[in-house]
Amino acid sequence: MSAADLVTSAPGRRPSGHSLTTRIVIYGLLLLFAFVYLVPLAVMVLTSLKPLDEVTGGNMFALPRHLTLEPWLRAWGEARIGVSDTRGISGYFFNSVKMVVPAVLISTLLGALNGYVLTKWSFPGHKLVFGMMLFACFIPFQSVIIPMAVILGALGRFGMTLADFTGWSFGLGNATVNLVIVHVIYGLGFTTLFFRNYYAAFPTELIKAAMIDGASFFQIFRRILLPNSTPIFIVTVIYQFTNIWNDFLFGSTFAAGDTAPMTVALNNLVNTSTGVVEYNTNMAAAIIAAAPTLLVYVIAGRYFVRGLMAGAIKG
Amino acid sequence: MATLEISSLRKLFGTIEVLKGIDITLEKGGFLVLVGPSGCGKSTLLNTIAGLETISSGEIRIGGNVVNHLHPSKRDIAMVFQSYALYPNMSVAENIGFGMEMRGVAKAEREKAITAVAKTLQIEHLLARRPSQLSGGQRQRVAMGRALVRRPSIFLFDEPLSNLDAKLRVDMRVEIKRLHQTTGTTIVYVTHDQIEAMTLATKIAVLRNGELQQVGGPSEIYNRPSNMFVADFMGSPAMNLLEGTVTQADGQQRIALARKDGTPIMLPVPASADAAGLKDGAKVIFGIRPEAVKDDESMDRNARSVVRFDAGVEIIEPAGSDTYVVIRVAGKEVTARMRADADVRLGQPHTFAFNLDKAVLFDPATTRRI
Repeated sequence: MSAADLVTSAPGRRPSGHSLTTRIVIYGLLLLFAFVYLVPLAVMVLTSLKPLDEVTGGNMFALPRHLTLEPWLRAWGEARIGVSDTRGISGYFFNSVKMVVPAVLISTLLGALNGYVLTKWSFPGHKLVFGMMLFACFIPFQSVIIPMAVILGALGRFGMTLADFTGWSFGLGNATVNLVIVHVIYGLGFTTLFFRNYYAAFPTELIKAAMIDGASFFQIFRRILLPNSTPIFIVTVIYQFTNIWNDFLFGSTFAAGDTAPMTVALNNLVNTSTGVVEYNTNMAAAIIAAAPTLLVYVIAGRYFVRGLMAGAIKG
Repeated sequence: MATLEISSLRKLFGTIEVLKGIDITLEKGGFLVLVGPSGCGKSTLLNTIAGLETISSGEIRIGGNVVNHLHPSKRDIAMVFQSYALYPNMSVAENIGFGMEMRGVAKAEREKAITAVAKTLQIEHLLARRPSQLSGGQRQRVAMGRALVRRPSIFLFDEPLSNLDAKLRVDMRVEIKRLHQTTGTTIVYVTHDQIEAMTLATKIAVLRNGELQQVGGPSEIYNRPSNMFVADFMGSPAMNLLEGTVTQADGQQRIALARKDGTPIMLPVPASADAAGLKDGAKVIFGIRPEAVKDDESMDRNARSVVRFDAGVEIIEPAGSDTYVVIRVAGKEVTARMRADADVRLGQPHTFAFNLDKAVLFDPATTRRI
């Protein structure tokens, strides 16, 4: 056999263990699971594009006979949400955006700062502090609701006092601000964990070099650490965005009526007990509610996997 | 350029003492190499000079000023790290200029300084690149550029060549030596490589377990090691250390190296040793460098005191320029450094000779030189 033969014949040889049956089993299982996961989505999309009589009278899997965007428009701007006067979910959608963006940014930046201090400026007892922050990851949502309500109530009263003196409450007592506070506090354990593990593997000599160069605590953080944290930043942002956007419990507890986030509005829309259940509008609203997280995953998903792996190996 | 004085410096990590009272003085423009096996405290000592580690007691003076409590950036030092520690998110020019930027130097002035340093180190064509786009040797140069641009009074090098391949290491070693000769700066350099220490230093400090073993010029350290550890650590191949006994023969004091097969080798007391302190019958350790063990032909003509003996050849290691021959004397292996074309054959006896001019004696109890 010549060298050329060896090269050309190589791809023909299947690696051991990848026989035809194995392949059939692997691909069969993959297809099965893909089917299981995609069917509900397909039904949602199909239903959202049908007029109501077609939904109630026809087959769930049937393709729409009269393709319509009416349910999407209704869900966005016209549908009645619970007992509120505000029509459509658009207002609640932006409630969620106004809550998620600051909450994600603040919790991520604070987590990065915590990770920086815990790894590069470690003080006596830093392990205990980190252990306690880690503990925050295991506290169930339900158990913090009442203490949190007490704290938010106190903050609200403090806000009113502030407003009496300065004419402005500094946002304290506002439902969206409250939710930002809750999500920042609750998310801090996770973001700190992510960044601490990432920075533990960050070369300390860079910090020392920057110290000799005369950079201050925050200059080192901003100029050396942050520009080299892109992967973990993306992981943390995706994680926090998904969690906070999808949160229902805190949203329904601490924000009522027009100030509620998207998830609560969706629930109120779907659970309306008056009139006919507009399945097509509900489905459209559900897809709109899920779209942002889906979008974040699609755009930054590959970094998510890469970043998680990096943390796992180096941490 | 400044002097460096370290006096009774101690450093504790918890209850573990990693530096046990270090005293070193380095003159202006001197090149001090801290050398020792890993874990001896040499990097910690360098970090305390840099201010990256606090000290538990003692004093560090740079140019006469006590710097114990000064921040690293205020000590007028620059440091080259083992990993180079280049900021990966900045270009070479930004890396070199970062320190000046932090000190608020104007942009035009910064660029002038960067260009000047880049010219000295021949890295002008790399200024726009990121560290990840550089080879090991180029990164090394950039790291040196970042130190040079500060014009510090003391340069600190932390094993700067250990990440380079063997050939590049020799090139960069020459480069650092040239840098020192042309700029005349005071340098403190940490390494575990005793060849780097010998070639670069004007002063070597040998450390072990946080204790200073010996401080001195390269030839002093090499030829007159203060104890067996220094003798063994400095030099490659290591110094031959043989056990001997002080005896009287022909009315003179001699060192006898016992041999299994009969008459011992009788050596005159080396000139370096303090003969008065030797008692008859006392055990001593006889130390001799491989290059002082030769055969008759290659023996140094100026040698004043030579002792010949026969020994069987156990191993021959040709190294190009020399041939290392391992023989057995007094139950121990002895390495001889012979000419490359020395006529020795494996297993055959051969006549060797000790050149005693540079031999030393140690006390086996204290390991100190006699």
